[in-house]
Amino acid sequence: MGLIQIGKHDKDGELGVITLSLEKAVNWARKGSLWPMTFGLACCAIEMIAAVSSRYDIDRYGAGVFRASPRQSDLMIVAGTVCRRMAPVIRKIYDQMPEPKYVISMGSCATSGNIYDSYSVVQGVDRFIPVDIYVPGCPPTPEALFDGILKLQDRIMQKRVFTTQPAQLKA
Amino acid sequence: MHPLAAHIQAKFPDAFIEAKEWRGDLAITVKRHALHDVCRFLREDPQLDCDYIVHVSSVDWPDDEERFEVVYEVYSIRKRHRIRVKTRVPEHDCEVDSMTDIWKGAEFMEREVFDMMGIRFRHHPDLRRILLPDDYPEGYPLRKDFPVQGKGWRDTFEFLQEEVP
Repeated sequence: MGLIQIGKHDKDGELGVITLSLEKAVNWARKGSLWPMTFGLACCAIEMIAAVSSRYDIDRYGAGVFRASPRQSDLMIVAGTVCRRMAPVIRKIYDQMPEPKYVISMGSCATSGNIYDSYSVVQGVDRFIPVDIYVPGCPPTPEALFDGILKLQDRIMQKRVFTTQPAQLKA
Repeated sequence: MHPLAAHIQAKFPDAFIEAKEWRGDLAITVKRHALHDVCRFLREDPQLDCDYIVHVSSVDWPDDEERFEVVYEVYSIRKRHRIRVKTRVPEHDCEVDSMTDIWKGAEFMEREVFDMMGIRFRHHPDLRRILLPDDYPEGYPLRKDFPVQGKGWRDTFEFLQEEVP
């Protein structure tokens, strides 16, 4: 409950018609069916795997079907340290994902490089792909990842579906 | 002195520089020109019989005249002993003989030393970078005079420019 705000029309006492904007319906469908890409780069992936398994169960949020192909997924969870040599691969995988697509930067390394202020580590994955949600932690607990997914779902509800978005928001 | 070190010194009295033992680990230092002969002796002598190459690494001593040190660590599976062979290389001529004809397994480890420290291996079959990309522009990251943050490579994303706006 509370997933979506709907208005009930029950003038005649029968519960039959609900009204809502189509945009909200589309967003509601999108947020309840996220298809993440398995993209574990370092130790954060272990927490991501724990989040998928039965104890924490990411499937409660409709984001449990991890796909091995970017063409079948719409959420990229970048979990771990992003090395510079990995960067073109991440960008290519991001470009291969169909729209609409979302990115969660999981953990301090993907967000800012963490302690790895070195020649080979990219100081944040947002330098070359747009990021929707940053999940802090080293590594974040599964609960923190869920918080990120819930916040992403809130964000998806704010998106415009049928109108063109300004270029600066489109990313 | 360790009996194995004495055995090597008896065979190569001119090239042998020193032997050190620390917590049961034997490390010998030899002159660069004799490194290949010493390693072949380590492999083929029945008393030494070092048939397994554990690791090839390198050290940068920026204050020394012979700046770089190449370290080969070898092990005998039958005799169960481990010997570390070190040699010094100056910066203006940092090249040593490759040991790939003695131990095939040295190939990738020598490539790693070349990649990170810039020491060249003579007669190596395929001396290319192994960890960094082939067109890496910044030199050799493990050298002490290399800046920790690099020289800007980590912040340049050439693939972003290829995008159609």
